[in-house]
Amino acid sequence: MAFSVFKRPARLTKLQIWVGKCLAHLLIAGALVWQFVQGFSDNLGADPVQSLLDFTGQHAIHLLLFTLCLAPLARFTPCGDLIRYRRMLGVYTFVYALAHFSTYILFELQLNWPLIGSELVKRPYISVGFAALLILLALAVTSFNTLRKKMGKSWQSLHNWVYVAVVLALLHFSWSQKTIWAEPIFYWLAAFIILLPRMQYALRARKQRQRRRKPA
Amino acid sequence: EALEFTPAGQYSTSEKKTPCDKVTGYNNFYEFGTGKDDPAQYAHNLKIDPWSLKIDGMVEKPFVLDHASLTQRFSLQERIYRLRCVEAWSMVIPWIGFELAEILKAARPLSSARYVAFQTLYDPEQMRGQNSRFVGGGVDYPYVEGLRLDEALHPLTLMAVGLYGKTLPEQNGAPIRLVVPWKYGFKSIKSIVRITLTDKEPPTTWNKLAPDEYGFYANVNPKVDHPRWSQASERRIAGGGLLSRNRIETQMFNGYSEVAPLYKGMNLRKYY
Repeated sequence: MAFSVFKRPARLTKLQIWVGKCLAHLLIAGALVWQFVQGFSDNLGADPVQSLLDFTGQHAIHLLLFTLCLAPLARFTPCGDLIRYRRMLGVYTFVYALAHFSTYILFELQLNWPLIGSELVKRPYISVGFAALLILLALAVTSFNTLRKKMGKSWQSLHNWVYVAVVLALLHFSWSQKTIWAEPIFYWLAAFIILLPRMQYALRARKQRQRRRKPA
Repeated sequence: EALEFTPAGQYSTSEKKTPCDKVTGYNNFYEFGTGKDDPAQYAHNLKIDPWSLKIDGMVEKPFVLDHASLTQRFSLQERIYRLRCVEAWSMVIPWIGFELAEILKAARPLSSARYVAFQTLYDPEQMRGQNSRFVGGGVDYPYVEGLRLDEALHPLTLMAVGLYGKTLPEQNGAPIRLVVPWKYGFKSIKSIVRITLTDKEPPTTWNKLAPDEYGFYANVNPKVDHPRWSQASERRIAGGGLLSRNRIETQMFNGYSEVAPLYKGMNLRKYY
């Protein structure tokens, strides 16, 4: 089904993939650890809590969007091996989202449990973000190959929830701003462009199914 | 530039002050961008001399203050105030200024005057946020604010021209700004060019933008939540990293209980 606009595939060797993964780990995990170290030593501006919330939240969304880029990139560029980075980036999306949530609970609300409970339930933009986190959690814990094989077809339907997670995460982002004229607008646009090939594909598949159902 | 002033007196708090670099590096001043560090980065080019602050409307003696008279016409005093932002963080800031009442008395309000309207400078060439909806957060500029006349005349209501012993940095609202310590920070309008006395409740910027979230009064009130977050507690920005336990309970009127008589008999849930 997948077609490539380029004739010659560009394969990556095992070593190249391994080196690429190491660099990605270093960069993504390193940046997160570095931010927290800076935060603990009060080197993140006037309000380290707000800086960390912004950093983890925005990069969780960057990682999520980048993860979703990999399937179309693998399909439309000569390098299909790019798909082999998808799980890693997906899991890091969850790690960043978890760091975002932990910062909120530990450093913003400072383990004030009644407040945490009421904010999660009473504030729609917090609830929406929390729902996105739960979806990412489900996707991360089922990301192992063994589990994927065991789950069969249901694995794919579970992992299609990533599209719900994008919408919820962007809603959370937009809603957290004081005005509509802010950065999140560009993220909605980016998400739309990234998901466009999938939407076209889904539409085409649906039409084909309908055609097949008609008697010859 | 250093200022001469009387040291902090009865109206000041003895709480731990927020370090100067945090007061001048973490600001909401959407005229220079919506990020907290945008004002520190983009406001330093704001031209504050010459300046003209006009006092007009329902007064017997309208007048204009120029740049020099902002710091020279009235005697300056230090006021160490808590500042509570509507976003649920707070600071303790040593302002230098004079009571707004002094300006108003000099202008002699007419008996029909009931409100005071304030306006920030409008100059898109100097203020990048006024040039673009995205930079300026979609705010309809110029920024405007207002107080009831009795609130404006209260001795706590300050016109600040300095902080930490020196003239105000541009990002904190140079050359002159309002400070109303019992109200959320957005009431304390920056870089003021006009003060107008009127008999009608003046429009205010955040109320126009999101009336269900920001009212005209905007008194600090732990019992009335912002629709999107609780106002029952706040994080005091004072220094120390992530581990500083800085979440504290928010006090009614930000702890300035002496203003309570101004609102006697008013439903503060309705007039939020």
